[in-house]
Amino acid sequence: MPSESGAISRDEVAHLARLARLAVTDTELDTFAGQLDVILGSVARVGEVAADDIPPTSHAVPLENVFRPDELRPGLSQEQALSGAPAAEEGRFRVPRILGEEA
Amino acid sequence: MSERASEPTTQRELIRLTAAELAGRIQSGEVSAVEAAQAHLDRIAEVDGAVHAFLHVGTEAALASAALVDEQVKAGSAPSSPLAGVPLALKDVFTTIDMPTTCGSKILEGWRPPYDATVTARLRAAGITILGKTNMDEFAMGSSTEHSAYGPTHNPWDLSRIPGGSGGGSAAALAAFEAPLAIGTDTGGSIRQPAAVTGTVGVKPTYGGVSRYGLVACASSLDQGGPCARTVLDAALLHEVIGGYDPLDSTSIDAPVPSVVEAAKLGAQGDLSGLRVGVVRELGGEGYQPGVRASFDAALQRLEKLGAEIVEVSCPHFEYGMAAYYLILPSEVSSNLARFDAMRYGLRVSEGASAEEVMAATREAGFGPEVKRRIILGTYALSSGYYDAYYGQAQKVRTLISRDFAAAFAKADVLVSPTAPTTAFPIGDKVDDPLAMYLNDLATIPTNLAGVAGMSVPSGLAEEDGLPVGLQIMAPALGEAVMYRVGAAFEASRLADEGALIAPEVAK
Repeated sequence: MPSESGAISRDEVAHLARLARLAVTDTELDTFAGQLDVILGSVARVGEVAADDIPPTSHAVPLENVFRPDELRPGLSQEQALSGAPAAEEGRFRVPRILGEEA
Repeated sequence: MSERASEPTTQRELIRLTAAELAGRIQSGEVSAVEAAQAHLDRIAEVDGAVHAFLHVGTEAALASAALVDEQVKAGSAPSSPLAGVPLALKDVFTTIDMPTTCGSKILEGWRPPYDATVTARLRAAGITILGKTNMDEFAMGSSTEHSAYGPTHNPWDLSRIPGGSGGGSAAALAAFEAPLAIGTDTGGSIRQPAAVTGTVGVKPTYGGVSRYGLVACASSLDQGGPCARTVLDAALLHEVIGGYDPLDSTSIDAPVPSVVEAAKLGAQGDLSGLRVGVVRELGGEGYQPGVRASFDAALQRLEKLGAEIVEVSCPHFEYGMAAYYLILPSEVSSNLARFDAMRYGLRVSEGASAEEVMAATREAGFGPEVKRRIILGTYALSSGYYDAYYGQAQKVRTLISRDFAAAFAKADVLVSPTAPTTAFPIGDKVDDPLAMYLNDLATIPTNLAGVAGMSVPSGLAEEDGLPVGLQIMAPALGEAVMYRVGAAFEASRLADEGALIAPEVAK
């Protein structure tokens, strides 16, 4: 549950930014922590609604599995798929190192 | 042929025509589609330096597309659609194979998608001339276009004010006569609120009514593309072009498009007798500008005069709509925007470090503050330990809001409210106060949460500032026909009494 004051700390925001892969600056952390605190204080109002026995809605239209015929159809070519890549090599996406030194 | 038709139509006249009128002149051969495109391209060149509605103008492709329509007219073949040859401004959130798609973000600067969105493809197939891509708040997050990485759009009614958002570019293009038609997307009000503050018409169709394929996602359970225009009939004509089932969107509704053009024509005859119009008690009153309230009260009197029965309805959970929305939306955003990983397309910075560092540095450099705030907020709301209290509870409130709508629609055929609580505010006023910005969508959010239809139609000017006010009309899922009927009746009646709302000439 949210802390007593309803506050989100600067450290928590820094942790969340790391989880979301956002290398935020110290200045941003200061700004965001204050703003998110205000926003969370406001959206926490959903807790005032007595809804224990209410089913959640994730989607306005009831969703069910949608199937299509299992037929071959054209997709993107390799060239098209790579056309926006920041770096490509030998028909593949070229990416920076993904494993640590010790791995 | 009338005498007037034999006189050449000037460019200034051309850009003032409705889409329906312009399409008629193109089909009769009186005006060519190329002339129509050129008139709007010239208008863009004239005023867009001041308005900044467009992020990209595709001059050559627009003229080539228009030329094809002219060939068809000359050959005497049937038009591809009732809007063939009419120019349109496309929100820069739909993919286009021949133009960049940026979503107002630096992370997609210069990106050329390898495929067309279904909406884009349907516009092309209809012979509609796509003039270019319009400005928007980054990834559709905002109510003013101030969160565009490419600078704000200016409201043609007063260039120092916001045109609404996120689709402020599309709405401003209409109000500045840069295009008679536009496409927007509405996640919490991004079509309707810009329409309200620019004196134009904007429609959020039923969720699933217009394909989301190729619409870059903000919040997938809420996003909905829709038509924008200067008249209700024009919006209806465009709605029928872009609407309908698409096997490429698994949430697309497999049902016929409601007959909105017929409904708009019926409505324009001005008889609403037998219809019940529900006034939502919780949308209005405190927090709404006096001129907005006065315009809304006058609108109710007008609807009553047209024969509608006005009833009051209560939707007690609407007051929690904004809170639920700002938990559900950021949660979906934090997940959807994870795709911008600097690996497959879009921006990449700090080459050479580890993939994770590159990713974090790229997202830091490529996203603006509002997007970052919402990603962090969504990450928080979905965290274990907070999930039940925030995201889970918000989803239950969403159920209750849908039930409120169901109960209200049992008592009324359509519901009405002011579209936005205020008229256009000055650029810079709310940009550093996210919560104040969020309040702009107080009245539009519930329809997105419930997936029902909504539209904004101009209701006049606020007395205190002379700026446009919008009337919101809401209808049940797939109930667009009755919504268009009411909108067209209201529009025809107001036009007869007060005339069109024309933005003052924008500075050159």
